[in-house]
Order: sequence, then structure tokens, then C-alpha cells
Amino acid sequence: MDHLSSYLVLSAILFSLGLYTVVTRKNGVAILMGVELILNAANINFVAFSKFVTHTLDGHLISVFIIMLAAAEAAVALAIVLNLYNNRGHINVDEANALKQ
Amino acid sequence: MENHLLSIVTFLPVLGALAIILVPKEKLDIIRWGAAAITGIQLIFAIWILSVFDFASGDVQLVEHFAWIPAFNIEYFLGIDGLSAPMVLLTALLSFLAVFSSWNIDKAHKGYFALFLLLDAGMMGVFTSLDFFLFYIFWEVMLLPMYFLIGIWGGPQREYAAIKFFLYTLFGSVLLLLGMLALYFLSEPHTFNMLILAEQSAQFGQAILLGMNAGKVIFILLFVGFAIKVPIFPFHTWLPLAHVEAPTAISVILAGVLLKMGTYGFLRISWPVLKEATLWFALPLAILGLINIIYGAMAALAQRDLKKMVAYSSVSHMGFVLLGMAALTPAGMNGAVFQMFNHGTISAMLFMLVGVVYDRAHHRDIEGFGGLAKVVPVYAGVTALAFFAGLGLPGFSGFISEALTLIGAFPVFTWITIFATVGIVLNAGYFLWAYQRVFMGELNSKYEKLEDINGRELFALIPLAIITFFLGVYPTPMLNLMSTTLNQLVEVVKSAGMAAGL
Amino acid sequence: MINLALLILFLPLLSFALQIFFGRRFEDKKGEWVSVGIQFTTLIMSLAMFVMMISRNDPNFSLEMQKSWLDLGVFKIDLGVYIDNVTIIMLNVVALISSLVHLYSTAYMAGDVRYSRYFGFLGIFTFSMNGIVLSNSLFMIYMFWELVGLSSYLLIGHWWEKKSAADAAKKAFITNRVGDIGMFMGMMIIATVLGTFNFQLIADRILDGTWASNAGMLFGGIDPHKLLTIAGVLVFMGAVGKSAQFPLHVWLPDAMEGPTPVSALIHAATMVAAGVYLTVRIFPFLTADAMATIAFIGGFTALYAATIAITQNDIKKVLAYSTVSQLGYMVMALGTGAYVAGFFHLVTHAMFKGALFLASGSVIHAMHHSLHKLDDHQTDPQDMRNMGGLKAKMPITFGVFMVTTAAISGIPLFSGFLSKDAILAGTWTYAANVHDGWLANLHMAWILPVFGFGAAAITAFYMFRLIFMTFYGEAKKPDIFKHIHESPKVMTVPLVILAILSTFIVFTLPSVNPISDHGWFTEVVQSPETAVTTGAAFDLEHFEHGMHEAHVPAMVTSLIVAGLGILLSVLVYLLNKISAENLATKLGALYRGSLNKWYMDEFYINGIIRPFLKGCDAVGRFDLEFYDHYLINGWGRNTKRTSRGVGFADDLIVDGAVNFSGIIFQWLGWTLKFIQTGKIQNYLIFVLIGAAVLFAVNVY
Repeated sequence: MDHLSSYLVLSAILFSLGLYTVVTRKNGVAILMGVELILNAANINFVAFSKFVTHTLDGHLISVFIIMLAAAEAAVALAIVLNLYNNRGHINVDEANALKQ
Repeated sequence: MENHLLSIVTFLPVLGALAIILVPKEKLDIIRWGAAAITGIQLIFAIWILSVFDFASGDVQLVEHFAWIPAFNIEYFLGIDGLSAPMVLLTALLSFLAVFSSWNIDKAHKGYFALFLLLDAGMMGVFTSLDFFLFYIFWEVMLLPMYFLIGIWGGPQREYAAIKFFLYTLFGSVLLLLGMLALYFLSEPHTFNMLILAEQSAQFGQAILLGMNAGKVIFILLFVGFAIKVPIFPFHTWLPLAHVEAPTAISVILAGVLLKMGTYGFLRISWPVLKEATLWFALPLAILGLINIIYGAMAALAQRDLKKMVAYSSVSHMGFVLLGMAALTPAGMNGAVFQMFNHGTISAMLFMLVGVVYDRAHHRDIEGFGGLAKVVPVYAGVTALAFFAGLGLPGFSGFISEALTLIGAFPVFTWITIFATVGIVLNAGYFLWAYQRVFMGELNSKYEKLEDINGRELFALIPLAIITFFLGVYPTPMLNLMSTTLNQLVEVVKSAGMAAGL
Repeated sequence: MINLALLILFLPLLSFALQIFFGRRFEDKKGEWVSVGIQFTTLIMSLAMFVMMISRNDPNFSLEMQKSWLDLGVFKIDLGVYIDNVTIIMLNVVALISSLVHLYSTAYMAGDVRYSRYFGFLGIFTFSMNGIVLSNSLFMIYMFWELVGLSSYLLIGHWWEKKSAADAAKKAFITNRVGDIGMFMGMMIIATVLGTFNFQLIADRILDGTWASNAGMLFGGIDPHKLLTIAGVLVFMGAVGKSAQFPLHVWLPDAMEGPTPVSALIHAATMVAAGVYLTVRIFPFLTADAMATIAFIGGFTALYAATIAITQNDIKKVLAYSTVSQLGYMVMALGTGAYVAGFFHLVTHAMFKGALFLASGSVIHAMHHSLHKLDDHQTDPQDMRNMGGLKAKMPITFGVFMVTTAAISGIPLFSGFLSKDAILAGTWTYAANVHDGWLANLHMAWILPVFGFGAAAITAFYMFRLIFMTFYGEAKKPDIFKHIHESPKVMTVPLVILAILSTFIVFTLPSVNPISDHGWFTEVVQSPETAVTTGAAFDLEHFEHGMHEAHVPAMVTSLIVAGLGILLSVLVYLLNKISAENLATKLGALYRGSLNKWYMDEFYINGIIRPFLKGCDAVGRFDLEFYDHYLINGWGRNTKRTSRGVGFADDLIVDGAVNFSGIIFQWLGWTLKFIQTGKIQNYLIFVLIGAAVLFAVNVY
């Protein structure tokens, strides 16, 4: 299990699951969770490449940034979802189409 | 100061127009008297110009000459000679007097007087500019105010008349523009300077344009442009209508100054610049002059509208100018320009007088009056004076100029002149017949209480009457003013013709 | 002398100015006497010149002064004064008649609506007439020529409320202008060929050959002699108009619409004689053909007008036609070369015809007052059929009438006899001696004495007819007759003066021979040398000699024909031996023709003026309703129509193309908007697909 490819496979599976979630779910929170999966797939890639290819800590550092960014993003997104729920009584993103002409 | 006299006299009315726009529209008196003051000052300047003008010289004087648009060699070039000096005086004089005929304009005074002054500036510019481009600009500048002055303040058919006038003249302007550009591109180096163009005259006579002699082509282009203004048959039909519909003061300006711009254009541009073509066209031009004289007089005899009659009399009188110009003899040429001036003063009087009766009776039907001399003796007297001046009675200036044009034309166009003398009888015919129907006979009871001519109207008429009479008895000052230049012009055109073997 | 002449010229102008500008205010304060005074002053001045002339007794005296008036360098016109004996005599005639008429008018025109204006107009007339007399050039004469036309217009139209007066004034002016055009053309020919208008210079330059060498420049090389004939006849056309010669005579009888003193001054004594005066001035350069034309026109007019005068009933109309006839005499005399006789008749005629008109004015004045008293505004005070028997009531007027009628009829002891006799002798001589000119070439020269003697007989007849109808017999309207009175002194004094001046002795002094015209007049006035060297009608000495020989036969014949005329008149109108009505019906067409003036007016109105005015109407309508309406506005309409077509095409093609592109994009947008679902997931899928495509493209 000390092979780069196994990390990449894991990352690819995570990404695919995340993407699937984002594309198929209508629930705002679920989509958010999908996004988290995609971000984490990227984190795994960063760390894996950093460990096996460059042998530096750069990848790790960027992962930490991404985790922080994901947290901030989740905070903003959840606030939007919450507001959506407050206004509409649901969090179905398909119906949040007020800007469509 | 002295070197800018012409600029002052030309642009003063523009300043005046701007000033009048700034006056609140309720201050009617300021507007009227302001216009009178500005044109009055202009007149004083015009007289000043004459006082510094050297009568003995035939060259252009009081020159102002600057590069204006160097890229195209367009210049700001003003100057006057014996041909334009009388016209400058005439323009200033009639503009001033016409202000007093405008007193009873009944709407939008501000606009009226502002446009009027703009018109004044345009006319003055035409007579003072010696750069063809500048000339053309002034020529067009004058067109627009005229359109509005007829179209807004005119009679019942004013819009039709205004449009007609505008389109007619614009058509002429287009051809004029073409001719001007042709001259520009044929001259070497390219220039609009009329004096240089005149020097290069021979080369226009030889150049080829559109497969024809350039001189002749350009002459015809300019001819149509100028002929419409004169107006020469068959380009004359805008005139009766425009005259009839225009307010009195504008008719005065129209007949007094605007018509002269056509003949002035001929003498200023066509004659010196296209000498050979001029000689070639002299005969057709004389024939057109004859047609103008006879046709205009016959049409005048047929009119029932007093103003239309006077308008057609203008056509007839301008025919004498053409005949004299075409003859290219000193007597003919001087007679023609003198006739331009005299027709200016006389027709101005006639239109003012028609305006006087129209203001009171609200119609101009010759048959609708009768016996007016009984109730309005002063008006009848002044009208008689103007009518006799119009029919060329000796003692009035019109006689001298008509006689000179005929005498001058006789050796050159013998038969045409013989037929043209018939015009003298016809002129007497329509004036006297109209006078009889309006003023003589039993008094038409409708007009028992007609008011006689008032002081303001007399004020505008008397200077003209005095000038007409004075120049009829003693024409020398005016003839001295122009004869040097005109004799030179005749000489130059003739010798060019001689050189070309015509 | 010159200064005196200039004063005589300009003083009447002053009178005009005063009356026009201030006259109205002084109308009831004797303002008219200023004019009368001015006029008599000029009379005294003229008489002074006359006395100087007589004491000088030099037939060749002449004086000239000129000033440049119009100078164009190469072309000049000078104005100037030329004085010779003819001028001086003419000045006296004008001044005399004018002053007497001024005086007479103070009574005749009293109470007129435009009293001061009337005197003003008399002033401007006298000024212009003096101008004609003093002119030294054709151009200047032309100017004053038109000015007398103006004053004539103003005075004929004095009572312009009457349509007939206004018509007559207009007719006079326009008819005169027709003649004037001819004169102007003649002037143009002369000015072109000789470069001058001056009478003396014209004669000089014809003599020195300038004419012969320059004439060819006109009319494509015309024969100089022919051109001179044309020029002479054309200038003479001015005289035809002003002196009312056939065919331009029609205005003069109508001019009687003016006040009677005006008729005396302008339309009998002076202005109408201006034509004769002009002919006198151009006499030196008339060719034989021109003279034949002039003689023929004059002779024909003399007879023609006399035949009309016979049947007129209006007293002034009779006198008017008689004036036309007498003017014809003068013109004929000049045409035959009897220069002195022609001018002599002008002077004698001025006196007796002036007197006749003033006397008729006296009669009319009396009639008018009588009618006024009767409150009768229908009866014509000028119709002789309303008069009769006035001899008893108006003795002075009657006496004057008798004297002057005797003068005009050519009865010895009176001035008319001398001048008429000289003219008739002249025509006789002409007919006998002439050898050039078209009349001689056609062998028609004897027609002139026939015209002359015929007219003399008829003149005697109708003048006595006038006397008999007016003064003799029974009063035809007794109630009018009752109120007739002799006119006041200011009117009769001028009459008497003129009657005295109609006697022979006035003109024959210092010799006193009633049948010979030899006296001061023939001393101071002599025929000028002709400037026409080739083809003159006859040489002067030969002519003088012929005149002398023809004198007695002409006199005898003229006495016989005048006697016959008077005899017939006596038989018809005094003794009623022959009934005028019978005569009229017997003569039928001739009578009607004469009564209607041989239908000349009708001919002009229906033959020339009406058709011409119709032509003018056609021109006027053609101009506005056809030419302007169809061609000029048609152009506008066509432009509009074309524009509409262009506009349509523009809509369809250019704008169509623009709209088409719009439509395309609209459709595209409409179609493509379906992929804009607003669903993030969809977009994401598109992104994925896009990425996959890019990936695929990149790899392969």
C-alpha cells in the first residue's frame, strides 16, 4: 500500500463520488457534501504527490489551506442554504431559479 | 481697426443675433431697437468703408487675408472693389430699413430678429468674401434663416413657399459646389482664391472636363446656381410665391439684396474666371435677358395680386441687368451694376408700400381697392413716386441704368435690344394700370376709414426715395464708385476673348 | 444769357416744389399767386431774351454750354443748354402761354379739390417743357420728353375720380411711350455710330464722314444712308407720339378729360408742339426718304383729323382734332423742307389755339355755372348741342373766338393765314421740285398739296360750324341760357391778349403787309444747313426760289378753298339752307366713320390691347398654373414618387437584410435558450463533457 497509484485511485473514487453527488442531488446540503468530497479528493492527491514525487511539505501545506478554505466555503454555503430554507421552506436548488429570466 | 472694417461689417450682425438671443423675450422694445441699432451701426460702418474706399482704383481694397484651413489652401480672404462696394452699401441700407418694416411681426420676435441678423451677416459675407469657399459658406448661411423667416412668419401658404424656395436654391447650391470644386481641382496649386483663379483663367478654357471644355462645363454649373437666385427664366417660379408669402421686410430683402447675389456671382466669379466661356455664353444670356424683360412684364400685367405684380416686375427689371452684363461694353456693364443697385432701392420701396396697404386692408387684390388716393393722399403720393421710379421715368435712378444697359447692349445685340425696348412700354403699362385701379376712380366704400401711412413707415421709405431721386439726377457718385472696376473687367474679358480668337 | 435761360428753366420747378410741399396750407390764402408770380417772372426774362434777339438780328446766333453729367471714362453723357433764335422764340411761347394759363386758372379752377396740387403740376410741366426747349442733346431732350409725359399724365388725370379721366391719363402716357421707344432706338443708333447725343456734334460728324465710315457696324453692314433714314424716322417716332400724329394720335382727344386750361397749355400750344420742335432740331440730319415719310405722315394726319373734327359735338373734341390736324400741318411743312413755315405755324398756332381752348374754357365755365345753379348734373356742359346764341351773353369770348377762328381758317389779316400759306406754298414747291425721297420716286408728291388744301377747306368748315353752333342761332336750352354770364376778368384778359397776338402784324413787323410773311420772324429764323450731303431732296436756294414762285398760286388756292369751307358752313349751320341731318344720312358710312373717329380706338382696343392682355393673361397663367405647377412642382412630385419607390426598395432590401440578420440571431437565441436551464448540475455536466472533449482532443 505504499504506492502512489493506490492513493490516486482512492482520490479518483472520492472525486467521482463527489461529482456524482453534486450532479444528482437536489438537496443543497447534499451538494455541499459532494463538494467536500471533491475537495478532499484533491487533498489526497496533493499529499500523495508531495510524499511520493517531490518529497517536500508543499502538498501538505496546500491541503491545510484547502481544508480551511472548505470550512469557510461550507460556512458561506450553509448560510445561503439556511437563508434559502428560511425564505422558501425547502432547500431544493432546482427551484431556486428566481434569477432565470 | 481700419484693416478689419470688412470683418466688422460682416460679423457685427452675428454678434447682434447672439445678443438678441440673450434678451428675455418679453422685452420687445429692446429686441426691436437692438436690431435697429445693430443694423444702424452696420450702415455707419458701410458708409465709413465707402469713405476710405479709393474710387480711382479698380483693385480690391480693405483686404483681410489669412490662411484659414491651410491643409486645403482655404483662406479667410475679404476685400471689396467697385463691384462689391455698392452691394455692401445696399445690403447695409436695406437691412437697416427693413428692421422698421418688421415692427409689426406678431410672434416670436426674438427668433425673428436673430434670424434676420444672421441673414444680414450671410448676405454681407457673400459680398465681401474673395475666397470661393468662404463665399460658398456665406451663400449657404443666408439660405437657412431665409427658410425659417418665410416658413414661420410668412403668409397662409408660407410652408409651401419656404420649402420651394429652399429646395430651388439648394439645387442651385449643389451645382455651385460642383463648379467650385471643379475650379479648385483644375487650378494649380489648388486654390479657392478668386483672384488667383481669375489669373489662371486661360487654363480653364483649355482643360477638359467630362469630355467637354472645362470652362463651359463649369460656366453652366455656376450659371444654374446663380441663375436661380437672379432669377433667370426658366428658374424663376420660386420668386412670385416666396415674395408673396414672405413678410414685408423679408420681401424687401429678398428683392433688394438676394436677387443681386445671383448677378453679383456672375460678375465676381463667372466673368473673370471663365472669360472665354463668358464670351461664348453672352448671346444666350442676352436672349434670356430679353425673355426675362418681356415675359416678366407680361406676367406682371396679368397679375391681380399687387405683390405678385411687383414680384414679376423684378423679373423684368433683372432682365435689364442680364442684357447689360452680357453685352460686355462699359455702358452695358455699368448700367447693369447700377441697375442692380437701383432695383434694390426701388423694389424695396415697392414691397414696403405693398406691405403698408396689406397691413391695413389685409388683402392685396388690385381689383379690390379703388379711389384710395382720396383717403390716403400721402400714401398715394409716395406710391406714385415709387411706381414712376419703377417704370423708369427720367429723374429717377432706374431710368439711367435701364438706358445705359440698352445703349450698351445695342451695338452688340442690336435686335435683342430693339425688342427689349418694348419692355419699357410694358413696364409703364402694368404700373399705371395697377395705380389706376388701386388709387383712382370712385372710392371703394369699404376703405373710407383707411389709415394713411404712418411715421415709421415713412421713415423707412423716405431715404430710399431720396436716394432714387438723387441718383436719378446726379448718378456720378455711384458710377464713379464702380466704373473703374467694371471697365477693367470688360477690358480683361474682351482681351481674353481676343487672345482666344473669339 | 445762359444764366437767364437756366433761371427760366428752374424757376417753375421751384413753383412745383412750393406748391407740393406747402401749397395745401396756403390754399385759401392766395398761395397760388406765388406760382403765377413765378411764371410771370419767367415771362419777363423770356421777353428780355427776345428783345436781345431782335436787336441782335442775327439768324445764325447760337450759344451752347454743357457739363459732364455721366462719365464712365469711355462713355459719356453731357447735359447742356443750347440757345439759338428758335430756342428763344419757343421759350417765349411757353412762358407766355404758361403765364396766361396760370392767371386764367386762378378763376377757372377756383374751389377745386386739389387746387394747389394743380398749380404745382403746371409748374413741373413748364419746367419740363423749358427743358425740352433748351436741351442741346437728344438724350437730354428724351429725359424732359418723358417728364412732360409725366406732367401731362398728372394733369389729364387731375380729376381721377372719373374713370374716363384716369383712363385718358394712362392712355396718354402709354401711347407716348410707344413713340418714345422709337425715339430711344433712334438715339441708340446715333449714339452707337457717332458716340454722341449732341445735336451740333451729330450734324458735324455726319458731315465729316464719321457716319458713313461707322454705320456699317450695325445690322451687318447696312448702307449708311439707309441707316440715317432709319435713325431719322425712329427719332421722329417720338414726335409722332407727342405731337399726336397718325397712328399715335388717339390719346390727344381723350386728353381733353383734363381741365380746360391744361388742354390749352399742354394739349394745344406747347407740349404737343414739342414733337414739331424735336423735328426742327433733327431737321439737319433728315434724309430725303425720312423727310418724305415725315411729310406724308403729317399731311395724312392733317386731313384725317380734320375729317373727324367735322362731326364732333363736344366743343373740346372739335378743338382737339383740329389741334391734331394743325400739328399735322407743321410736321408736313418740316417734311417738305419748309422749315421756317413749319416753325412759324407752331408759333402762330400756339397763340390762336391757346386762345381757342381758353375761350372754349370760358364757355364751358359759364355753362358749368349755369348748370350748377340749375342743379343739373346730367347735361354735358361741353356739348355744343346744348349751347347756341351765346354771342349776346358772352361778347368778349365771342370776339376772341371770331378772331382766332379767322386765324386758324387762314383768313388774311390774321397770323394763321401767313403761316398756313407758307406751308401750302412749301408743299406746292416740294411737289413741283422734289427729285428724291420715296414720295418723289413713286410720283406721289402731289398728294401733299392735296392733303394740305383739303385740310384747309375742312378746317374752315368745322371751325365756323363750331362758331355757329355755339354763338349763333337760338339758345337750344333756354333755361341754361338764362344763367349764362361772361367770365371774370382774369379769364378774359388772357383771351384778349392771345387774340391780339393772333393778328398778322405781330409777326410781320417792321413791315406791314398782310399777305406776306416777311418780317422779324423770317429775319431771325432761317433754315439750317443740312448735314446730309448725299441724296438731299433739293438744294436750298432752288427751294427758296420755288417758295417765292409758289406763294401767289398757293395763296389764291387756299383762299378759295377756305372760302368754300366757310360758305358751306354758313349755308348749313347759319342759314340752315342745307339740313345737317340730311347730309349726314346721305353720306351714311362716311358720316358714321367720321363720328366714330374712323374706329381707330376700337381697332386699338380690340385689335391690339385686348389680344395682348389676353396674351399676358396666358403668360401669367402659363407661368403659375402650367410651368410652375406641372414642370417645377412636377419635378418635385416625381422626386417624391421616386423617393417613395426608393423608400420601398430600401425597406425591402437594405432594411430587409438588416432585419434578416436580426431574425437569424433571434431564432438562434430562441433555440439556444433551452440549454440555459438555470440548473447548476446541467452546467456542470456541460463542463464535464467539455473537459472530456478537450481531453480527448488533447490526447488524440
